[in-house]
Amino acid sequence: MNSYADYMTGEAVADAKAPSGPVHERWDKRRFEAKLVNPANRRKHTVIVVGTGLAGGSAGATLAEQGYHVVQFCYQDSPRRAHSIAAQGGINAAKNYRNDGDSVHRLFYDTVKGGDFRARESNVHRLAQISVEIIDQCVAQGVPFAREYGGLLDTRSFGGVQVSRTFYARGQTGQQLLLGAYQALSRQIAAGNVELHPRTEMLDLIVVDGRARGIVARDLVTGKIDTYFADAVVLASGGYGNVFYLSTNAMNSNATAVWRAHRRGAYFANPCFTQIHPTCIPRTGDHQSKLTLMSESLRNDGRIWVPKAKGDQRPPNEIPEDERDYYLERIYPSFGNLVPRDIASRAAKNVCDEGRGVGPGGQGVYLDFADAIRRMGRKAVEAKYGNLFDMYQRITDEDPYEVPMRIYPAVHYTMGGLWVDYDLQTTVPGLFAIGEANFSDHGANRLGASALMQGLADGYFVLPATINDYLARNPHKDEVDAGHPVAQEVLAETEDRLNLLLSVDGDRTPDSFHREVGELMWEFCGMARTDSGLRKALERIPQIREEFWRRIKVPGTGEEFNQSLEKANRVVDYLELAELMCLDALHRAESCGGHFREESQTPDGEAARKDEEFGYAAAWEFTGTGEAPVLHKEDLVFEYVHPTQRSYA
Amino acid sequence: MKLTLRVWRQHNADADGTMSTYEVDGISPDMSFLEMLDTLNEELILKGEDPVAFDHDCREGICGACSLVINGDAHGPERTTTCQLHMRSFKDGDTIDVEPWRASAFPVIKDLVVDRSAFDRIIQAGGYITAPTGAAPEAHATPVPKPDADFAFEHAECIGCGACVAACPNGAAMLFTSAKINHLNVLPQGAPERETRVLDMVEQMDEEGFGGCTLTGECATACPKGIPLMSITGMNKEWLRATRRVGKR
Amino acid sequence: MARTVWDSTVGKKTVMAVSGLIMLLYLVVHMIGNLKIFFGAGEFNHYAHWLRTVGEPFMHYEWTLWLVRVVLVVAVVAHAVSAYQLSRRDIRARPRKYVHKRPRASYATRTMRWGGIILGLFIVWHILDLTTGTVHPGFQPGHPYQNVVDTFSTWYGNVIYIVAMLALGLHIRHGFWSAAQTLGVGSRTRDRALKTVADILALLLTAGFIAVPVGVMTGVVS
Repeated sequence: MNSYADYMTGEAVADAKAPSGPVHERWDKRRFEAKLVNPANRRKHTVIVVGTGLAGGSAGATLAEQGYHVVQFCYQDSPRRAHSIAAQGGINAAKNYRNDGDSVHRLFYDTVKGGDFRARESNVHRLAQISVEIIDQCVAQGVPFAREYGGLLDTRSFGGVQVSRTFYARGQTGQQLLLGAYQALSRQIAAGNVELHPRTEMLDLIVVDGRARGIVARDLVTGKIDTYFADAVVLASGGYGNVFYLSTNAMNSNATAVWRAHRRGAYFANPCFTQIHPTCIPRTGDHQSKLTLMSESLRNDGRIWVPKAKGDQRPPNEIPEDERDYYLERIYPSFGNLVPRDIASRAAKNVCDEGRGVGPGGQGVYLDFADAIRRMGRKAVEAKYGNLFDMYQRITDEDPYEVPMRIYPAVHYTMGGLWVDYDLQTTVPGLFAIGEANFSDHGANRLGASALMQGLADGYFVLPATINDYLARNPHKDEVDAGHPVAQEVLAETEDRLNLLLSVDGDRTPDSFHREVGELMWEFCGMARTDSGLRKALERIPQIREEFWRRIKVPGTGEEFNQSLEKANRVVDYLELAELMCLDALHRAESCGGHFREESQTPDGEAARKDEEFGYAAAWEFTGTGEAPVLHKEDLVFEYVHPTQRSYA
Repeated sequence: MKLTLRVWRQHNADADGTMSTYEVDGISPDMSFLEMLDTLNEELILKGEDPVAFDHDCREGICGACSLVINGDAHGPERTTTCQLHMRSFKDGDTIDVEPWRASAFPVIKDLVVDRSAFDRIIQAGGYITAPTGAAPEAHATPVPKPDADFAFEHAECIGCGACVAACPNGAAMLFTSAKINHLNVLPQGAPERETRVLDMVEQMDEEGFGGCTLTGECATACPKGIPLMSITGMNKEWLRATRRVGKR
Repeated sequence: MARTVWDSTVGKKTVMAVSGLIMLLYLVVHMIGNLKIFFGAGEFNHYAHWLRTVGEPFMHYEWTLWLVRVVLVVAVVAHAVSAYQLSRRDIRARPRKYVHKRPRASYATRTMRWGGIILGLFIVWHILDLTTGTVHPGFQPGHPYQNVVDTFSTWYGNVIYIVAMLALGLHIRHGFWSAAQTLGVGSRTRDRALKTVADILALLLTAGFIAVPVGVMTGVVS
């Protein structure tokens, strides 16, 4: 028995900032109760923001507009390249422009239900309320959303909902929203209110007297490791899906910022809640470095099917209609191809496990537009999905207008993240986490087009309101600078870690370890998880970690542009985070949302939640590398949306 | 597939660079160009050599990080980004030249990695609409005619990769700059800053040391997002309009 | 405003476009005037004399001609200086060339710089040859018809002239379209029309100018 799995359960963790009262009044109430910083005093406060995606970019710009001095970091060469840019489908907002019965309450309801009752009602309601303002804000910035001929905004429907509330900019909504935030940030950089450090990666957190006061970061061009200080630190560094090696994340997206913060005392909540996106392009071979997502919006018009017969090798167009199984339409007649992501992904895995998968290795299902082309005409399909079809064709060399697309699920988003309270503050005072880096709004499964909504809600509206309260209540007493013993200690630890990586001079590349732990995670902590599988993974991970420190090979030095060193250092953190993910998945002996435990399913194979036992968010406290962490439970209370078995049938 | 690569190697910004030759074997036509370079780098690391540095991130053609000149073409022979270029575009036994973007405004950092912060500074000079958070009117308050919205979108698609500069014989950044100006200037929301935007951005573009436009059209041919050459015409028009108007004030 | 224009690459291109269009307009007039040579020495010489008396009695003898000459000199200088400065800038913007070379852009675009230099040298020779007669042995002031026939009776006169006119055609073909873009009058719907006009202008001017030496060579003009 691995000692790591013998975790202790500590005191419950409570969201001390959550206001009470009717759910729709809570955000107003919290904003009113929050202390404010006098506008004239704001420029005396420095806030560090790590990351420049939708959450970080919008937060940096907004905090600077408010008058704070913002010091912002991104590992990319420009803030515009953050991976939010790759989001395709759209952004939800309860505008009800369609008059189709949408409302803030319905968006709130859909999100709580879609998250399989593992999210906080207060947070989700706030998100739904703010969604409306986000669209206004983005339009004012010049985001070119799709419009109707009358000049008004167009919307479309998305998985898991029955209203049309998703605003979009062709298949590049994330890009357009990110550029909006990037441009707002650029304005503040030009005004001197934001000091930007591109190609600079956060490697550790500096906590002084129990408060987050700065970070250690490495200039990726010169290799210089430096300390930076502030009155508060905001992590907007994204999710940790790259633990799986193959995912739809960007190649350099990583978990170092959140993991290092976790090591310094921030609890990590629900790490096992990962979203497997159903419509990705299947892998072609071992050389595969990442997976490419096809927007879920394709499911609006495409029909998903596999052959009825096992091992049917005929080309798709030769399989007659009555020998095809449109399994989503069959199993979930009312939602059909638009069931939530977790359900669509698992259904694809099931049919492939039955031996009915298509394409190389039987790891794929068809997404067929033949009917849509017949119904709408090729022109209309082209106008709606042209760029996605082109992308598919470029990657696979197959023409989706002629041959059905092949899709397969892939890791896409992580609902888990740093535990935060209603104010988005972690358990380390002064350390905030926003966007995908936190855990708060999506529960066990995120609905399509909600990530953009949450990132921008956090960055434009929530954090700028709540951080005031912290800064107002915690006027900085003593300056912390590079000479502070804690800063020097953290800096030295970071330098030692990188030097150790450089000095091992073994015989395996950083990528080979990343791939190994990723494959292990996909097998045992992927779409379906079992007690025995997770235990196997928990046994294996420390062995890989031990081997890593014995055999890693990083060429070059630390005082130069060294991409191998960057990679190796990220793998160090994946090797620890993977362990926590498996433990969290093991301890949560229920199925919910993206977390499917084979032991916990209904007779017809649906996820069976155990609300009595697991109706909580699991916040883990770090105790040491490879040492059993402490579990702190946050009980989830549902006053408005009562937990039911999700049904999309 | 077996290929011969000739790759620009330059240890840092100050070092001299040179083309180095490498052989790679076992390349699958389904690999992307960057996955082919990954294969080379894995071998180099194990041999104790310095792997080839190149910028890349999303690998799905949208972040704009990847930036290789392949056989003299920015992003290679297909009209796409380097990360979306697949090895099926090459033949077994080919020799492939890989070079960084070349422009004095894009100095080489290492090997194939260049510094494109000049682009960020052009945006900072005016590539935005001043709309502080919270100040926005209701989204439907100002309808935008669909043709204008589509025109704005077409230009907003720019990913800021810099292929236009790399392909231009003059190292000009006109296409990049014009794309942003056209995107924002056509929208009613962008109208109040219409003149200052174009004047300031063009001034910054010149300050960064980019060349001038001779309308060779190389930029638009290389652009993976299909920003049209006419975008530059539109910017010139805006610039002349702004110069006249501001001159009158 | 003048400062803004001259300091900016876009502004300098505007200077080139405007000066180029002025020269183009002049060339059209010049070419039509040249064709008078096919109607005999009398009409041609009369036309040449008329050029000096245009605008009389409001203008004094040769005032109009000098006015045109001043405008042209300003246009040529502005065009050339802008071109020189922009070219210097363009070369500085790409200090290191690509190792892997490949042919780029159309012939006309690539030859703008060399074509411009050829045309500049040609203008100098042309003035020394037929206006001042400095390099013209046996130049007869006031007898332009004979002077033209003399020039095109030498092989080198024909070669220089015809090469320069071909360069002019290519220069105008790209230059006219390019000026339209610089001045912001190009658009997707107008592009084909602009390119056609550029082609026609280039062709007409080249053919019209070359007609004179061809006429002399074939003995139609003597």
